[in-house]
Amino acid sequence: MSTLVELSHVSFGYGGSAVLREVDVTIGTGQFTGIVGPSGSGKTSLLKVLLGTVQPQHGTVTRAAGTAVSYVPQLESVNWSFPVTVEECVLMSRASRRLSPWATRQEKADVASTLERLGIAELGKRHIRELSGGQQQRMFIARALVRQPQLLLLDEPTSGVDVATRHEVLHLLDDLNRDGLAIVLTTHDLNGLASHLPHLIALQQRVIASGSPAEVIVPEVLEQVFGARMDVLQHLGMPVVVDARDLGTMGAA
Amino acid sequence: MMGQLFDRFHYDFFVNGMEAAVMAGALCGLIGVFITLRGMSYIGHGLSHSIFGGFAAATTVGISPLLGAGVWGLLSALAITSVTRRSRIGADAAIGVITTASFALGVALMTKFGHKGPSFDALLFGSILGVSTGDLVLLGCALVGSVVVITLLYRRLLFATFDPEVADVSGVDVKRMDALLMVILSLSILSTLSIIGVTLVAATLVIPAVVARMLTNSFSRMLWISTVLGGVCGGVGMYLSYDLNIPSGTTIVLVNAVVFLGVLLLTGGRQLRRTAGLELHHDEVAAGVPVRA
Repeated sequence: MSTLVELSHVSFGYGGSAVLREVDVTIGTGQFTGIVGPSGSGKTSLLKVLLGTVQPQHGTVTRAAGTAVSYVPQLESVNWSFPVTVEECVLMSRASRRLSPWATRQEKADVASTLERLGIAELGKRHIRELSGGQQQRMFIARALVRQPQLLLLDEPTSGVDVATRHEVLHLLDDLNRDGLAIVLTTHDLNGLASHLPHLIALQQRVIASGSPAEVIVPEVLEQVFGARMDVLQHLGMPVVVDARDLGTMGAA
Repeated sequence: MMGQLFDRFHYDFFVNGMEAAVMAGALCGLIGVFITLRGMSYIGHGLSHSIFGGFAAATTVGISPLLGAGVWGLLSALAITSVTRRSRIGADAAIGVITTASFALGVALMTKFGHKGPSFDALLFGSILGVSTGDLVLLGCALVGSVVVITLLYRRLLFATFDPEVADVSGVDVKRMDALLMVILSLSILSTLSIIGVTLVAATLVIPAVVARMLTNSFSRMLWISTVLGGVCGGVGMYLSYDLNIPSGTTIVLVNAVVFLGVLLLTGGRQLRRTAGLELHHDEVAAGVPVRA
């Protein structure tokens, strides 16, 4: 596994208040990592440092030459009434290449094959709001893939979606990762998403822990990250987080 | 009867007015698509008031009104951006303070020192009279220039309007696209000021674009529908202005409003809710399936 992006002693903040402190993170080819933490823990800021849209105030960011990084925003931040079709949305990724309003045959072919790969080829002419939650996520992943990235970053890809959509997105990302794409996503969903990933980084301004779910989803780490006592049970070999107060209630019942 | 309908076209001032109104309506319709989709309608309203102040100041000190108003408009846009970034004042409040202060200054200067060029009423509400060849050339250049720029940069402007954050990381210079749109907006307001008027130009930026959005789900179709609709409403409004002896800006906006109401009645409130993004999207909730272990 070779390194795509390496953060060394990175600190970042807004208006004098620190969001990230002395963060060391290495993302390699084919890696599949989830960044977990509560709101305000610096997850999105870390994603933006990896993406290169914000510069760290201290520390260094090293990217391997020629590394293409694509980004999938939160679905909740999208203007769904905007007048674009699925094809037009996916084609946006090629917007910076030519001074022409029309797409080339090659661009159209690339969009069609990407939509086909993600199983939404028949939806290309539909308006973006006519899609289900899972289809919307697939569309934005298609837009990211059309740029042929080595690293895909997703901000809370399962935030606000139902259980079936969460499973659909997770399986899709797993398939892409198996094809060699490195993936980094943020999530605060420990049971629904984080515990299913091969590698996690627990963040609370600093990297509190890094490793497999079995190493990261443990009471000591969770208390440091979320500031509350949580217990962890094992279910089918995966950690399941429960609120310690819930256990007390169940025990009392 | 037919003679009465077309007699007016024998007058040069009316022909000039019609040409100017059609071009002004089309230009506002075109740029209005970006303004409404970016939620910048209030900036259009504010900039027109600000440019009025620049126009008055320029005539008072004896420099070219177009140059003075143009520079004033751009400085106002920069001041709004600066105040918004450096203080806790929101963009809407900054626009309200800076542009209305500029407008008030313009009124004070005109009242105190008088001015050359279009009358006070004409600047506020538009006029069929006094459209010069220079005005037509300026409008024509603004319209053709805007069409060329928007055509060449169509895909970048679309991406920067829909999703500026991702556009930025995908190689689109979003700041440059934003600045370009502000320049086109300022130029559009400047060149249409004497036809539509300060107080009404915002409506011609917004209404054709909103109507176009109600008629289509395609960005490219929205662009040309809004442009054509703006031009037609401009022409019809100017024509009626002559008959009704009402300022041209007023009739142009009223024609736009009638078209809006007509489309609303024909398409129903559902289209308007879609336009405003008020209709909730409901995902289908299905039963869970096993996840990768």
